[in-house]
Amino acid sequence: MISFLLRRLLSSLPVAFLVLAICFLLVRLAPGSPFTSERALDPATRHMLETKYGLNGSLPEQLLHYFSNVLQGDLGESLKFRGRTVVEIIQQSLPRSLLLGSISFILALGFGIPLGAFAAARHGRTTDQWLNGLALLTLSIPTFVLAPVAVLCLSFGIPILPPAGWGTPIQLILPALCLALPFVGVCARLTRSGLLETINTDFVRTARAKGVSEQSLIFLHALRPALLPLVAYAGPLAASILTGSLVIEEIFAIPGVGQFFVSGVINRDVFLVSGVVLIYCLLLLLFNLIADWLTAILDPRIRIQS
Amino acid sequence: MTFRRGIPGLTGLILACSLLSACQTRPRADLVICNGAEPQTLDPALVSGQLEGRLCSALYEGLTRRDSRGRSVPGIAEKWEVSPDGKTYTFHLRPNLHWSNGDPFTSEDFRYSWLRALNPKTASPYAEILFGISGAKEFQSGKSNAESVRIETPDPLTLRVHLDHPTPYFPSLTSFTTYLPVHQATVEKYGDRWTQPKTWVGNGTYRLIDWKINDRVSLEKNPQYHNPERVRLSRIDALAVSRASTAFNLYSSGQADLLLDKGLIPALILPHLRGRPDFHPGPLLATYFYRFNVTRPPFQDVRVRRAFALALDKESIVDKITRGNEPIAQTLTPRGISDYRPPEGLPSDPSTAQGLLKLAGYPEGHGFPRVSLLYNKSELNEQIAVEIQAQWKRVLGVEVELRNQEWATYLRSLDELDFDIARSSWVGDYDDPNTFLDCFVTSRGNNRTGWSDPTYDSLLNRALAEPNPTQRLRLLAEAETILITQAFPIIPIYHFVGCLMFDPKKWDGLYPNLLDEHPFSEIGRVQK
Repeated sequence: MISFLLRRLLSSLPVAFLVLAICFLLVRLAPGSPFTSERALDPATRHMLETKYGLNGSLPEQLLHYFSNVLQGDLGESLKFRGRTVVEIIQQSLPRSLLLGSISFILALGFGIPLGAFAAARHGRTTDQWLNGLALLTLSIPTFVLAPVAVLCLSFGIPILPPAGWGTPIQLILPALCLALPFVGVCARLTRSGLLETINTDFVRTARAKGVSEQSLIFLHALRPALLPLVAYAGPLAASILTGSLVIEEIFAIPGVGQFFVSGVINRDVFLVSGVVLIYCLLLLLFNLIADWLTAILDPRIRIQS
Repeated sequence: MTFRRGIPGLTGLILACSLLSACQTRPRADLVICNGAEPQTLDPALVSGQLEGRLCSALYEGLTRRDSRGRSVPGIAEKWEVSPDGKTYTFHLRPNLHWSNGDPFTSEDFRYSWLRALNPKTASPYAEILFGISGAKEFQSGKSNAESVRIETPDPLTLRVHLDHPTPYFPSLTSFTTYLPVHQATVEKYGDRWTQPKTWVGNGTYRLIDWKINDRVSLEKNPQYHNPERVRLSRIDALAVSRASTAFNLYSSGQADLLLDKGLIPALILPHLRGRPDFHPGPLLATYFYRFNVTRPPFQDVRVRRAFALALDKESIVDKITRGNEPIAQTLTPRGISDYRPPEGLPSDPSTAQGLLKLAGYPEGHGFPRVSLLYNKSELNEQIAVEIQAQWKRVLGVEVELRNQEWATYLRSLDELDFDIARSSWVGDYDDPNTFLDCFVTSRGNNRTGWSDPTYDSLLNRALAEPNPTQRLRLLAEAETILITQAFPIIPIYHFVGCLMFDPKKWDGLYPNLLDEHPFSEIGRVQK
């Protein structure tokens, strides 16, 4: 298992560098400069800044310069937030996104799986139809609609939760719920369909014939293999949910890392964008790896093959 | 079994780590302000935005400062004299001044800071505002050295500045962000990172105690400030919130006490706020306008530009779209600049506009080439562009294509004159028409129209050299007349309105003013 993990990790590194290179080049190729503003900048000053940040040579030269810095652990400085290194920005904002994201992730799984299992157990009945409809509803309401409505209801209608801000646990509740809700729906649907498929397999039929109760049939026997599609989905989900959501962060004024994916591109802040994309990419690789590992644990057939 | 222990273990670990690092509760500051987006820097030499300028004016104090009504009042300088030719200013600093770390403050600190802002290596985006000082421009462009910049410090409490031209507004200019002093030893020791809370040193009413990215800047009363009794609140938090609805929610729920920017109030609810006691609108020194690219047809022809300008119904734009009681703009410079009387602009005149277009060879718009209107992507810009597009179609019969670009691309298009008509706005840096009119001098970086008129240039140059203030303003008005009634490289559309939101029963020391200056030190709780 360890050699498998190591092999996977090593083979992921070139992917990370490829992503980094593409990201760097795309931002540099986009029209406009990180140093312009509505007030014109004289060419000498712009040249001075480009030299300072190593952005004055040809594109391959710039990329090489950047990569040599990255290999030494230096992700560069933000071009917009002067005097701040990309590492410092990520260090400050990533833990906040991680905190919010992990709460939402737990909520998504914690509610999604039992609801899905429950619906599968009640397959074809009214409860199943209701739950199915609800799941569909949660995943089809976009966050930018859900979040303001939630604020309106829970901060102004019945003022029990703060509408935005960061610093106290109570401020986490609304954003975590809004971030989690669509994924609750997805998790529930994946669990339900996985379960329905497993319920019709031979080993479940055997267990049922042996007289195992319907409840323990689902939760003890069928659920484990039924979670496989969910695990495959949860890997990338974890990476994206943990690196923050632009919409949720903006609406709830959460100082996380999510907004830099967009503002960094708008500002042509090439090092910042590349830095956050690198983090996202590494998280994605890591969680896919964890998902694969969990799949092997959940499915004995895969374990035997590997 | 591994599975059952694995997931809770992993998530628990992540949660615990994040909880520890991310969730620290802190007591609420005396005043919480929504200040707009995350500040890009707090180094006065590098600041180019208003929200950073606001924080800098609390962290540093210049020779003069602005009071809560936007008036220029003595700051670090107690008094000053001007030579008879109006070109040499001698500032006398207050005695016993100190930096926030206790170091003595001297006139040499100003000399160092101004030369630093001018140094090409600093790459200050606003260095231009120091160009009035003799030798400054040459030093900044690398043609001479720092010694040739004529700033003298005869003694630690005296600063003498020689200017190229008589500049009556120079003392008030020294309150501008780029002119604020920085602490030499700190800047030299920590380089670009000196503005971090741990290393920061300043001389303003407040000192920097915390700065969390995208979260807040926390300020605390500076005990070393020369007049600490003047500062009314001991702790202020400036939140970084750029989304209007979020800022407004924070304000409405009492998490923030003050909204400092119209951009932080959702446009949709603006009309409903009028009449509310906590809504405080006021005119601003800023103008929304359209530029023509005069280097290519059809806008090479002044008659076409004039026709386009006269065809506009600006009233309907402020009534239907901006809805903040903005005054329509017939001139580039907003009204209210002390002693300046801007020329009368030209009112809307559809029939003359149609006639002019006919004279230019496009009767009722026939044969008019397809032109485009460039704007940066924002709801407001788009609505205005759509309305103006419809007006030109209706009055002149011309088709104007809308071209929307995101910010950086739009700026590049402006710089490269890659447009026909483009949306623009300009915020004045100081209360003098020069801050607007200087943009359109030939080959200025901010000209961005390709327009050049020797008469206009010479009027601005004469105004620069003119010692008589009345005569000087008259020359500037004459120049503006050319700009907006004869040459039309631009169409002024409306002047911005600033809006403050605060509860007047709780807070005072805040007054809407033309320069949108609201010094934190003068804000305080209403005494009951």
